[in-house]
Amino acid sequence: MTIKKLNKATFDKWVNACIENQRVYGVQAREDRFVFAPLAKAEDLRLDYDVTILPPKKYFQPPRETLLKFDRKEGFESAFDDEPFVLFGVHPYDMVAISQIDKLFSQDHCDIHYVSRRQKATIVVCDVQTPSKEVFAGCMGTATVNDGFDILITKIDSGYLVDIRTEKGYALADTIKSAKDADEMSLKLRQLVWSDNTKLLQKHKLNVRPDILPGVLGRSYEHPVWEEKARLCYSCGSCNLVCPTCYCFDVRDEVEWSLQKGRRFRVWDGCLLAEFAVVAGGHNFRRNRTDRYRHRYYRKGKYMPEKIGEVACVGCGRCITACTAKIANPVEVYNKLVVEGK
Amino acid sequence: MRKCDSEKDIYLPLPATVSEVEPMTKLESFFSCRLDSGEELGHMPGQFVEVSIPGIGEAPISISSSPTRKGSFEMVVRNVGNVSKAMHGLAAGDKIFIRGPFGTSFPVDQAMKGKDVIFICGGIGIVPVRSAIQYVLDNRGDYGRVMILFGAKTPRERLFIEELDKWRREKNVAVLETVDHRDESWSGPEGVITKLLPLVKMDKDNTVAVVCGPPVMYKFVIIVLMEAGLREDQIYLSLERHMKCGVGKCGHCQINNIYVCQDGPVFNFSDIKDIKEAL
Repeated sequence: MTIKKLNKATFDKWVNACIENQRVYGVQAREDRFVFAPLAKAEDLRLDYDVTILPPKKYFQPPRETLLKFDRKEGFESAFDDEPFVLFGVHPYDMVAISQIDKLFSQDHCDIHYVSRRQKATIVVCDVQTPSKEVFAGCMGTATVNDGFDILITKIDSGYLVDIRTEKGYALADTIKSAKDADEMSLKLRQLVWSDNTKLLQKHKLNVRPDILPGVLGRSYEHPVWEEKARLCYSCGSCNLVCPTCYCFDVRDEVEWSLQKGRRFRVWDGCLLAEFAVVAGGHNFRRNRTDRYRHRYYRKGKYMPEKIGEVACVGCGRCITACTAKIANPVEVYNKLVVEGK
Repeated sequence: MRKCDSEKDIYLPLPATVSEVEPMTKLESFFSCRLDSGEELGHMPGQFVEVSIPGIGEAPISISSSPTRKGSFEMVVRNVGNVSKAMHGLAAGDKIFIRGPFGTSFPVDQAMKGKDVIFICGGIGIVPVRSAIQYVLDNRGDYGRVMILFGAKTPRERLFIEELDKWRREKNVAVLETVDHRDESWSGPEGVITKLLPLVKMDKDNTVAVVCGPPVMYKFVIIVLMEAGLREDQIYLSLERHMKCGVGKCGHCQINNIYVCQDGPVFNFSDIKDIKEAL
């Protein structure tokens, strides 16, 4: 582990050097909001962002991803798009989400499409500089992160600390290897950033520790909150779309003009969408909005913890912003259950 | 993050050739297929495969034949979706593509061994169960009495008619049928399948029940079986959901915390009785 300290000018120079050598995606402004997009130059990089509209999962599980190519006579062959890339500026809560999805795609039947793309990615995490207005990562234990990434950047008053953790990280930081190491004072300041962020990233306050949520949900299946919230649900799936830990997908075929060749691709899907659990013939196994709304909470708060040992809500707050009906605040729901779910 | 242990692409289907297509009813057709690799499918009764038609898509289809019958595997497909519709346009010699087999199987080598077995099938529920029936009949000495109950909506929708007659003629096998709505061709019982249950004599401590049918059927059949004295763990069910990926990833087949493609489609009733979305 090496921690370098760079001033703004050296930092920008380093980012530009990274861009020269490989595909780099970084956080950039789009009007008054932020997105991950291909990065052309260091000055476009906005590490002071609050939250991106979509989480960085779009680079690991693209919204539309070719899995197979086919020829109607010859059959199928695997298709891979796993050119190496660098992701610059991932917030800690999103890093936690990526690590969770890593486990889900690699455990049991290992998904080689996801894993090979993920393995070739270099992830540069950046500690939060501007808390978003709906963030509650501080309550979920995800305001800071200590693994999964290759490099961790922390802005402190006099510059940037660049904490290099992995081989891929060292490769990316090759051009700054002669920069001076972080001094003791800087590391203390970094500690301060971490403890501040844990407090600042609590715009909504969860009244319990996240690890008791599976138990809370275990006794809340018939709680009135599901119906109460779902009554207003448009079944639009926006909460699924913006969620860093939603990874359900649909698989479709597409043929070329020749009608001979084509590809099979997966697209993002969402369990809040009315047709998610429909089978051939039309029977819908989750016909009621309430059942769909509740299912999402149980996946995040109970079913996924059973599979990966962690609550699959990282407190990014994107669902709160995205929901037109204003019913998607997980903290509000969980707090209700904690008080009344006994 | 760690690499996959194998280079296998879990989404890549393998070629198979259709050797026989036979319409069974207005909606259902029978398909016999073999893998082009020459290998056996390697399934157990109750499992399913993902069938691909390039350009159309992929759908979960249960295997209807027993692994005791070597060389080919059989499916019966109802023409209700994109893939099944395309399958209905296939002829002998055409290619399809297969992933699997996936999922759990009926306990033919475990709980059912040495026991009386009652198969209760509604409509196309008989399709996966037929695999287990054939398996049991091909290893006849390993099981006690065999009772096969089959209910169709109308006589025109009965499946495996000749095979049902063949089973009827076997020693120590009872086959009982009913239809929801009779027509002039049918002189047998009329009504839902639970009406047949009182007609069979079950040795309640020594019987395993296998149930497969439309969603509405399970609750009623289970109630009658339990009234007859069967315990929950003597009842096995095969449940339908949309098992899209077959490998526990896509989320479509989830029933609360369980994945039908991995934890099912065959379940012991005692394992799912408290799972709210199951029945």
